[in-house]
Amino acid sequence: MDNNSNMHFVLKVWRQASPKAKGYFQTLPVDGISPDTSFMELLDIVNNRLVEQGQETIAFDHDCREGICGACGLYINGRPHGPDDEITTCQLYMRRFANGSTITVEPWRSAAFPVIKDLMVERKALDKILQAGGFVSVNTGAAPEAHNILIPHAKVEESMDAAACVGCGACVATCKNRSAMLFVAARVSSLALLPQGKPEAARRAKAMVKEMDRLGFGSCTNIGDCQAECPKGITVDHIARLNREFLYRKR
Amino acid sequence: MKLQAKIPEGSIQEKWTNHKETLKTVAPANRKHFDIVVVGAGLAGASAAAALGEQGYRVNVFCMNDSPRRAHSVSAQGGINAAKNYRNDNDSVNRLFVDTLRGGDYRAREANVYRLAEVSNLIIDHCVALGVPFARDYAGYLDNRSFGGTQVSRTFYARGQTGQQLLLGAYSALNRQVAAGNVTVRSRQQMMDLVTENGRAVGITVRDMVTGRITSYPADAVILATGGYGNMYYLSTNAMLCNGSALMQCWKEGAYFANPGFVQIHPTCIPVTGDYQSKLTLMSESLRNDGRIWVPAKKEDAAALREGKIRPSDIPDQDRDYYLERRYPAYGNLVPRDVASRAALERCDNGFGVNLSGRAVFLDFTHAIQTQGRKVIEEKYGNLFQMYEKITDVDPRKEPMMIYPAIHYTMGGLWVDYNLMTTVEGLFAIGEANFSDHGANRLGASALMQGLADGFFILPYTLPDYLAGLPRKSDQQGTSQAQGLMRDSVLRVKQTLALLAGMKGNKPVDYFHRRLGKILWEKVGINRTEEGMRQALPEIQALEEQWRREGGITGGIDTVNQELEKAIHLEDYFALAQLVIKDALQRKESCGSHFRTESATPDGDTLRNDELFQFVGAWEYKGPQTEPALHKEPLEFKYVKPGDRTYNG
Repeated sequence: MDNNSNMHFVLKVWRQASPKAKGYFQTLPVDGISPDTSFMELLDIVNNRLVEQGQETIAFDHDCREGICGACGLYINGRPHGPDDEITTCQLYMRRFANGSTITVEPWRSAAFPVIKDLMVERKALDKILQAGGFVSVNTGAAPEAHNILIPHAKVEESMDAAACVGCGACVATCKNRSAMLFVAARVSSLALLPQGKPEAARRAKAMVKEMDRLGFGSCTNIGDCQAECPKGITVDHIARLNREFLYRKR
Repeated sequence: MKLQAKIPEGSIQEKWTNHKETLKTVAPANRKHFDIVVVGAGLAGASAAAALGEQGYRVNVFCMNDSPRRAHSVSAQGGINAAKNYRNDNDSVNRLFVDTLRGGDYRAREANVYRLAEVSNLIIDHCVALGVPFARDYAGYLDNRSFGGTQVSRTFYARGQTGQQLLLGAYSALNRQVAAGNVTVRSRQQMMDLVTENGRAVGITVRDMVTGRITSYPADAVILATGGYGNMYYLSTNAMLCNGSALMQCWKEGAYFANPGFVQIHPTCIPVTGDYQSKLTLMSESLRNDGRIWVPAKKEDAAALREGKIRPSDIPDQDRDYYLERRYPAYGNLVPRDVASRAALERCDNGFGVNLSGRAVFLDFTHAIQTQGRKVIEEKYGNLFQMYEKITDVDPRKEPMMIYPAIHYTMGGLWVDYNLMTTVEGLFAIGEANFSDHGANRLGASALMQGLADGFFILPYTLPDYLAGLPRKSDQQGTSQAQGLMRDSVLRVKQTLALLAGMKGNKPVDYFHRRLGKILWEKVGINRTEEGMRQALPEIQALEEQWRREGGITGGIDTVNQELEKAIHLEDYFALAQLVIKDALQRKESCGSHFRTESATPDGDTLRNDELFQFVGAWEYKGPQTEPALHKEPLEFKYVKPGDRTYNG
């Protein structure tokens, strides 16, 4: 046991047995927590204690626990990924919370992300958007020598800024319209900035936006909450580029 | 069964080219008649599925996450190797081949390693075409950096997120095939069983992790791309869903498990801080391009640091021991991972370790920031610095990082022949799941290379050769027999799960897994002794018995049940742990990551015994209460003579 494992909290956790079941908040006090415990580890501790008491554990998505896989995504005290900037939930540490405080934990809230169980939601819609066109149509074995394609440093850096998206869905969860615009824009922009992605850029933008609309995501009204909550700091500039691509296509 | 590696004849430069000429192909119109199952959707699985989909096969991909984009390849940070020689520093296919073989301490198969080096350049070309935003210089050319165990700059990178960008590339190719209708992705599914018919893989059985439904999928070939088993040690850099269960299921169906004892320990990870820590975060090897590793030269300084009386920056340069630069001047901070890990352990064991527990060393960027400027360093490693700061609350630009070795990668895996087929016909293993290319130690930035080499450029040539030899479906006898086998498999899986779900003790899975990991880390981690490993075996058995008595699983089997998922893996880890120890015990030599303290040079480096141990150790499953049998594939080195593996001059 750590010498400084002396923090305690009251968790209010969303429990929901299945997609159609009625959900409720369960109150779970937890003590003996070190400030160096990550939020995922806090849930591990709570779950282990639930097993010790013969109770069913809280279901939540998580995998890499280092902020890159995008699996985790929780509303914590009303903010996607909790009270810190440019992090995923797994990079949130208990030192960010006041000792003794009550912490409310909820799943993403969006019609396009139905709850599977407790804090776990279905995000297949994001895959479907990418399947509509988020790729360069090149067959394996057909590529030219890499240096035949030159890309200026600044362009590739900007493309990389957008490509850093981890597909967690925080942009959707925080948007009052539940729009996936920043997610779509990140992929469209990342490829549109590169010569490899140019030939298909306009078709891609149109197909992906169409699929986003079909799947029940809302429209973008330029609020910018998505940018504020994106764990990878992706900006709404990319939405502007998506809109440009979209307009070119219309002409 | 005698192991047939099927290494082609001819000079090493011609083997793969000649071999491809001899491989049978399947006509485009016939490809849609073949069902291929790919388990795992990381770099290897996604690239294989995409490439096979492009050819026109019907592919089913299974993954445990909600999306293939989250597979653990996404976490790879530093880069991917290729022999492009863009830096004009005398790199070549041959040099990459020799470096990899030597890095693996001459315990890999020569022909496979050469082929890997040979296709490395195609990977870069293809990934660029897919839109992977590799770092570029101001003229627009691709940039490179260096990794351990080499003296050239051959590593391509996309900031500290190379794995993510390559995975998104492979995943986008996969998505294109999903849209084309050739590939179906089945997510949130865990493999539970391999179905075989007369020693031939004919399908798999999976559990739906949302509904608990057990289903069998028939297949003409099964591709295992499920990664490594490092999570057996509980604390590792692996993602939480990484596991060894599919490997063990295949092992029990007849696939030999090769070199299970070869487990890589990465030298630069964020140290353990508490009892409830669930994983260790890697700090990329690329940081060793510019970061310098040191501990205090004086024990009293180390003690003062541990007590918090001084800060690292208070220690003047002459009182610091840059021990890697001191011991290995030719490679400095960029020695291979096993060498750097042992050196860190040696300093800490001797009282020079620096954090609260004395189990950490410094990785320092002060010099680099002074000489190159903060902007340059930030562009190269910014996201890693941010990650470190979020976890530790310390800014590595101001005070050096504290790092310590951690379990990272498993070189061991299913034994495969040159065609990547296991000892079960029709079962192929690719990426980290196989054993083939890294010997006893993998070089940095080579995992991504191997995953994509197997998936994009090797399996799509070798798999059709197997498929073309299968009897035509209409002529096939015994289809009903196969259906019966599938039903049996489903029943068997249901029984296993019912037993697990009935465990009503009050100790959670994590309690046992954490203890298992501790035993393994201490007894079969960086330093391994005959005595320690012999002690570990009964300890593991006792722990397993305790698990059966006191382990508890709550929740049902027909719903999301993450305790049940973990329990399935724990059961396999108990068996796998013993296999790892048996392999490490039989190999009475030191090589690469496998360091037997009984077999060391006077300087404390690995001492190989080529006369007795120049072989691949492949283990055959013989039944639940029976000792596994060891089969040896002798390794022949015709092109590179196994020599010293010294990195000091």
